[in-house]
Amino acid sequence: MNHAAAIAGHDRVVIAHGGGGELMGRLIRELFLPRLHNDVLAKLTDGAVLDWPSGALVFTTDSYVVTPLEFPGGDIGRLAVAGTVNDLAVMGADPLVLSLALIIQEGLPLALLDRLLASVAETAAQAGVRVVTGDTKVIERRATGGEDSQREGLFINTAGLGRLRPGLRLGIERIAPGDAVLINGPVAEHGLAVMSVRAGLEFSAGLKSDVAPLNGLIRTLLESGADVKFLRDATRGGLAGVLADICDGRRLSVEIDEARVPLTGAARHAAEMLGLDPLTVANEGKCVIVVAAADAERALSACRQHPLGRQAAVIGRITATEPPLVELLTRAGGRRIVQRPYGEELPRIC
Amino acid sequence: MCLAVPAKVVGLAGEAATVDLQGNTLQVSTVLTPEVAVGDWVLVHAGFAITRLDESSALETWDYLRQALGTDQATAGGEQGEESAA
Amino acid sequence: MIPKLDMLRTELHELCRGLGRRVQLMEVCGTHTVAVFRAGLRSLLPANLRLVSGPGCPVCVTAQRHVDAAIELATRPDVTLVTYGDMLRVPGRLGSLERLRAAGADVRVVNSAWSALQIALDNPRRQVVFLAVGFETTAPATAATVFEADQRGVENFSVLVCHKLVVPAMQALLDTGEVPLDGFLAPGHVSVIIGAGAYRPIVERYRRPVVVAGFEPGQILAGLVRLVRQVASGCPILENVYAGVVTETGNRVAQEWLQRVFIVADTPWRELGTIPHSGLELAPRYQHFDALRRLGVHVGPDEEHPLCRCGEVITGKVEPVECPAFAGACTPARPIGPCMVSSEGTCAAWYKYSRASTSLAADTAAGERE
Repeated sequence: MNHAAAIAGHDRVVIAHGGGGELMGRLIRELFLPRLHNDVLAKLTDGAVLDWPSGALVFTTDSYVVTPLEFPGGDIGRLAVAGTVNDLAVMGADPLVLSLALIIQEGLPLALLDRLLASVAETAAQAGVRVVTGDTKVIERRATGGEDSQREGLFINTAGLGRLRPGLRLGIERIAPGDAVLINGPVAEHGLAVMSVRAGLEFSAGLKSDVAPLNGLIRTLLESGADVKFLRDATRGGLAGVLADICDGRRLSVEIDEARVPLTGAARHAAEMLGLDPLTVANEGKCVIVVAAADAERALSACRQHPLGRQAAVIGRITATEPPLVELLTRAGGRRIVQRPYGEELPRIC
Repeated sequence: MCLAVPAKVVGLAGEAATVDLQGNTLQVSTVLTPEVAVGDWVLVHAGFAITRLDESSALETWDYLRQALGTDQATAGGEQGEESAA
Repeated sequence: MIPKLDMLRTELHELCRGLGRRVQLMEVCGTHTVAVFRAGLRSLLPANLRLVSGPGCPVCVTAQRHVDAAIELATRPDVTLVTYGDMLRVPGRLGSLERLRAAGADVRVVNSAWSALQIALDNPRRQVVFLAVGFETTAPATAATVFEADQRGVENFSVLVCHKLVVPAMQALLDTGEVPLDGFLAPGHVSVIIGAGAYRPIVERYRRPVVVAGFEPGQILAGLVRLVRQVASGCPILENVYAGVVTETGNRVAQEWLQRVFIVADTPWRELGTIPHSGLELAPRYQHFDALRRLGVHVGPDEEHPLCRCGEVITGKVEPVECPAFAGACTPARPIGPCMVSSEGTCAAWYKYSRASTSLAADTAAGERE
């Protein structure tokens, strides 16, 4: 689909595309609208007027600054939709609409922008949400000569609105000793896939980001009748980050069986080579699920019915052990503490 | 003080080898191991193959790296294992 | 538990029980320290077996003056400082490479020395400096890369050489006689390069057992079993449980690369002072690739933080919990010394993987409540 590869003779974004004038109008009409077409957006009014179903509203926002913009298994466009959809879904809401705000660094190829918008559209369709309002700004390219000047600049913010499913009681305060901890599939794939493209590391095939909207899976889970107490997506900080949240938030211990945490051989191997702990690597299509112990099987079956949950597993449980810690029963038969990582996990050689 | 993983050589071109790490491939330098041939196992550290190793040692580490429950289910091709995880 | 590991563990316990005294073994290598923690092996060890950390964490032992030199270079507008990820957060006197990058310096992380040269080739107007840390496992890669740069006549590439040698460090430790050590678990991947035979002088001169082991739990336990058996027998020898990977003579080709490009020199180690013949410098023919020389960097003395006891930690004199700063003034988020920063560092491993940090925090909280 190449219609947008040039707009008025440009093949890259220039400052004027953000100027609010003719060029910007063309950008919106010739690039954005064809990709993101829906009735509301097409009106191009300052704000989207929405018919709203009754019930509580859930509102979230997130910004996306990932580099590289395209990586195995996904891109920043897909991420921007899935991430915000997932934040709504883990709150127990059905996501309905998104806003899409772009800050583009001049020089970004239009063909790339078009691909990313296509990705936004595809992911939104997959999630059943519409992009109903948006904004575009273009900023100057900085000439530092540093690594920055090589980076193709695009930042995205999406905000999402969803309708809270009635009758749900999800929240960290519901977690109790004995509850089962599940995850919907193999970990560490997104972080490793993104790292694979950065300079110095060339993986090919194999590792792909798991970026995906989870609202369908979560709906299946919630409709199963299992007593789901808490959901959180395991993004930055990985699985370890969410477990630490639970431990800190509830002052309860979490015991995880390392052998039960789904992890592909490829991811494990790559993490080993880079010196990364798979538990701390980012995911973008994984959700930690805490359910009442009696419902663990039911929850597991429900997840496995959905394509994004085929490899779901019960990985551990909540206990009242003091002091409250996240503890891993290792494959070697020992025990060790799991803590949230201290920020960016860097690949190492030593 | 050194992270190194076993990998299988699947291609050679001059002083570079393409190696497979359970589904990912990677380019490494063979300058330190000029005698490697396709099909050999090597230990990879910081972008270089630092030694050849015998297959049984390689597979021992490979299997150890593979021994996560999910792996039997979660291979790159998405095969389904039948083990219950509960 | 995996059956083979269970057997090894049982044997280790029986051997230690039979010995009836405390056994103190040094895991020379930081990667062993981390592997032991990560696999949960510490929780499985007999009570009378104490594993002591050694100086085998190249990040921890890179002299502070060299970290400072790298930082100084990175502040120069025409310099691109290229480093392995390990070094990014190590504190020098005036901050770290990470902080500098946040402030706009051109600091890039690579996973291979070759990538550093590639950056120089791709950016001919930048002075690219590669911070080359690591022991004998990593040094040959630097050697080959410098050689390649020389062959190609690359003029904008230089190296801050911080490579160190394991056996001289072990000898220096034993010469001080300050820490009673019953034996050494030798680093499997350094040994790939230098060969198991490199440790014979340790066995013969100091009469201590040395066992070369890889990094999986099975390897580590097997290595510990052999060491304790030797301690019990009183007959120290050199053993190698990583025999499928490590040979007696090592990788000759890699050793030749080292000999071609480097010379052995007396080298400053962070917190340990200068150890004779313990590090590498560029051979005269390649000295024009030495970053300090080419770019005229002033290298001052080390200025250690008064609270930092990394030197004692990496020589096994002190356990991380015994350092007054541990988990208090010094945490991974706000590290005082390299041992807490480096993912391989002993203190970082203790903090991350053991209860030490949490019980200290609990004690502190309890103390505050009283």
